[in-house]
Amino acid sequence: MPEALLEITDAERRFGGGRTLFGKSLPAVHAVQGVALDVKKGETMGVVGESGCGKSTLARLIVGLDKPTGGTIRFDGTDLVAEAKADPRKLARKVQYVFQDPVASLNPRKTIRTILEAPLIHLRGFDGQKREERLRELMEAVNLAPEFLDRYPHEFSGGQAQRIGIARALAADPDMIVLDEPVSALDVSVQAQVLNILDRLKDEFGLTYIFISHDLSVVESVSDRVAVMYFGRIVEIGPAKEVFARPRHPYTHLLLNSAPVPGRKSLIPEDTNTELPDPYNPPPGCSFFARCPRGTDVCKTAFPPLDQTDGNENHRAACYHPHGDD
Amino acid sequence: MAEVTAGTAPEKKKKRGRPSAVRLLMNNTLAAGGLVVLCLVILLALAAPLLPLPNPDVTAPANRLQPLFAEGHLLGTDALGRDILSRLIWGTRVSLAVGISATLIAAFFGSLIGLVAGYAGGRVDNLMMRGIDMIMAFPYILLALAIVAALGPGLLNALYAIAVVNIPFFARNIRGITVGLSRREFVDAARLSGKSNAQILFMEILPNVLPVIIITMSTTIGWMILETAGLSFLGLGAQPPQADLGSMLGDGRKILFTAPHVSIVPGLMIFVLVMSINLLGDGVRDVLDPRLKSGALSRPVARTAVTRTNVPDVRPKTGTTLDMQGLKTEFHVGGDIYKAVGGVDLKLKQGECLGLVGESGSGKSVTAMSIMGLVPTPPGRIVDGVALLEGDDLFSMTDEQVRQLRGSVVSHVFQDPLSTLHPLFTVGDQLVEAIQAHQPLSSADAQKKAADLLAMVRIPNPAERLKAYPHELSGGMRQRVCIAMALANDARMIIADEPTTALDVTVQAQVLSLLATLRKEHNVAILFITHDFGVVSAICDRVAVMYAGKIVETGTTDEILSAPAHPYTSRLIACVPVLGEPGRRLDAIEGRPPVVNNLPEGCAFAARCPKAQPDCRSGEIPLAEMSEGRAVRCLYPETKEPIDA
Ligand SMILES: Nc1ncnc2c1ncn2[C@@H]1O[C@H](COP(=O)(O)OP(=O)(O)OP(=O)(O)O)[C@@H](O)[C@H]1O
Ligand code: SF4
Ligand code: SF4
Ligand SMILES: [Mg+2]
Repeated sequence: MPEALLEITDAERRFGGGRTLFGKSLPAVHAVQGVALDVKKGETMGVVGESGCGKSTLARLIVGLDKPTGGTIRFDGTDLVAEAKADPRKLARKVQYVFQDPVASLNPRKTIRTILEAPLIHLRGFDGQKREERLRELMEAVNLAPEFLDRYPHEFSGGQAQRIGIARALAADPDMIVLDEPVSALDVSVQAQVLNILDRLKDEFGLTYIFISHDLSVVESVSDRVAVMYFGRIVEIGPAKEVFARPRHPYTHLLLNSAPVPGRKSLIPEDTNTELPDPYNPPPGCSFFARCPRGTDVCKTAFPPLDQTDGNENHRAACYHPHGDD
Repeated sequence: MAEVTAGTAPEKKKKRGRPSAVRLLMNNTLAAGGLVVLCLVILLALAAPLLPLPNPDVTAPANRLQPLFAEGHLLGTDALGRDILSRLIWGTRVSLAVGISATLIAAFFGSLIGLVAGYAGGRVDNLMMRGIDMIMAFPYILLALAIVAALGPGLLNALYAIAVVNIPFFARNIRGITVGLSRREFVDAARLSGKSNAQILFMEILPNVLPVIIITMSTTIGWMILETAGLSFLGLGAQPPQADLGSMLGDGRKILFTAPHVSIVPGLMIFVLVMSINLLGDGVRDVLDPRLKSGALSRPVARTAVTRTNVPDVRPKTGTTLDMQGLKTEFHVGGDIYKAVGGVDLKLKQGECLGLVGESGSGKSVTAMSIMGLVPTPPGRIVDGVALLEGDDLFSMTDEQVRQLRGSVVSHVFQDPLSTLHPLFTVGDQLVEAIQAHQPLSSADAQKKAADLLAMVRIPNPAERLKAYPHELSGGMRQRVCIAMALANDARMIIADEPTTALDVTVQAQVLSLLATLRKEHNVAILFITHDFGVVSAICDRVAVMYAGKIVETGTTDEILSAPAHPYTSRLIACVPVLGEPGRRLDAIEGRPPVVNNLPEGCAFAARCPKAQPDCRSGEIPLAEMSEGRAVRCLYPETKEPIDA
């Protein structure tokens, strides 16, 4: 079994909190809470969940754009988040990020060349000749003509802009790329182009992906393993095939039944409760309780640990009464 | 993977409809006039040493107070016999120099403070901005006076004073912009590219702030010249014998009634200078400000212009809610014509749900908005086609008739509920308003009906919820309110433009089931726009697929999904990942749709179509009927031959 490239233990990110000048305590929100996640070298870890469940916060913690308020995030056994304070470039050489909005992630006043050169200069220290060579390779890797290097971002379509975003991530020669909704802003035909390129690059450069999306079908098609997030926590994790074929957590069930599938007519009943709990006043126990058809009194006592298995240690759910037990 | 995309060029940087900044500025007569006058004044001031002018500072008491047009003194002389023309030109030179330098100093330090405060945020921001607030707490001129009083009178000190009192103005403006930019994704991206904070601030953010700095400078420089003149007028700026416009004015004040020209001449010059600068400044702002550039100021008219040359003769059919034929909608931007919709037919029977599917930019929204004349004019206009709503042509109705239909017989539901709901009114108020706009109900009755509507869209505790403001509801709730509003006046047709695209899957599923139920209960027709075939399956009876402004295929949902006939439809379906089929290969469609201001001859899909033949690239490809209610616009469709190709 390949060793874990990324180990997250008990990661927490709290927003707000603290006290005012006058000692009044301020309300706090846990965007990410008690998240533990191992990602092995060479795999694609999918993360799904609905808006506000903490996917992007988790992604930003991993690449160091945000700092956790608790827990550790280790790469190859070193705590890079702690080290990032002294040298953020070390972390940036290991892990890169691809943004959801491809056009917004490119500075409108810079040419593609300047944008792609930045990581080559600041992270790799390449000089002129070598840089030029590398720029060409990068453009080739994402299927864009080298002539485009001297154009400005607004001249590109969403799909092309996203490929430039991917090229920029590749430029740092990272081990891992965190893809935060990389195709959500794209049209389906373009989405497939980008997904295919990502797939090829993974083999070519031996990359490890964390693929975040709210689109279940996209995540299913790219992931080796998936983690389902709800209200800041991972509620189910396991091999993608297993999770999608035999979801254990009631929330995963609901998600899968709600997803529109070509050819599927029936939808979930319209009176299901879809309100998320109040983040400033989270319920005790399971945060899915108010929406859960299987909930009992025990669910209200404490948050269920992510340890319910179905015989398979790798497929775990955080639920007292998971599907498949009955 | 095919290297097809490597060859496709990004949008050509050709001369588009959007004119260059300079041309835009010149189109603004006032700004252009300001620029001409300002240039003249500056040239004159610059040329001062070259002009045959008498020394401005040499007094000649014998010659004092000569009138205008006196011998050798075109503008006369002042109380000390100095030539006014010479003093005016030299004085303008000084005033301009001081005004411009003060602006540059204020812009430099103000922008620096704004940039650093906005980027650093937190405590640094707080400290710096409180300091700025303190400066602003003093009345403007008082502060300038205090500074000059502390430093002593003199032109240079006046310059510093004016610069200092203007720093807060720049700092606040620039800070606001910087705060916004610092949260943008490209800043995060630069950080991940290994750039340091200073590099990000000055290489990434500054170039984006620069236009704002220039706008602020161009709108403040006139004020600064005025203020310098003010200080000199009070004797705190230029010291005798040096001339500047303010001190000349001050000198003339004492003899205002005996020799008015001594003060009127510099006064006029100040007026001309400041006026021309401000006119130019406003022009520059209009050109550089993206909000104004996008045409936010040119208010579109209430209904899309219809410029049909001939009205097709279409006989109304019974049981058909909407019968639209040959709709063509164009956008005229600059010299280009964007044929966003190029001849679209849509038929919608009572209680039927038709899905309009296609990729971004294919013209779905423009088609839908054309129906009730919601396409903004300018630049949009309907140039051809008819749209019969239960037999009556919508395009030949009066504005008033169309207004009556909007929100009653035909209503809209949009992707973003927040764009429909007003943030400052309660949901109840807005529902009541929608009801009373079309029904003569008393407040109490309308209130009751509003509560019933909320109950109808399954909002729990409707009477209470009427008092809620839109921001107090979740996204799904807000979209339900919009649906309730659409049904408030017994609509016969709902035009829903991606109503669930912004919602989470679980919420989307509910809203879709709700729409499906309501459609049956109220027998209302729905034109449902989406790009998601899964959503289509869930709610639509029939589907029309759009590509580059035309319908390329139409048929029942099952037919289209199981046996797509148009190569585009089948490729599009093939590249959608399907839940439960992870092994499925995604066959991307290489290339991109054509731009609608430059459509190719023949089939618009030919450049991307693997089955394209030479005859695909010429003539108009007709939408040929294959069977009842099923048609395809292709010469070589995937399934059986069209009947009358
Ligand atoms: N106000 C406008 N001025 C100029 N061109 C416009 C305007 N509105 C739309 N267009 C053009 O009309 C064409 C069709 O746009 P439309 O919004 O109908 O696409 P769509 O199919 O709804 O796409 P999406 O899926 O992104 O909503 C596009 O090429 C667009 O650029
Ligand atoms: S723990 Fe209880 S409430 Fe939570 S998901 Fe499981 S059954 Fe439902
Ligand atoms: S008409 Fe020709 S080019 Fe167009 S879709 Fe059909 S086969 Fe392809
Ligand atoms: Mg649209």
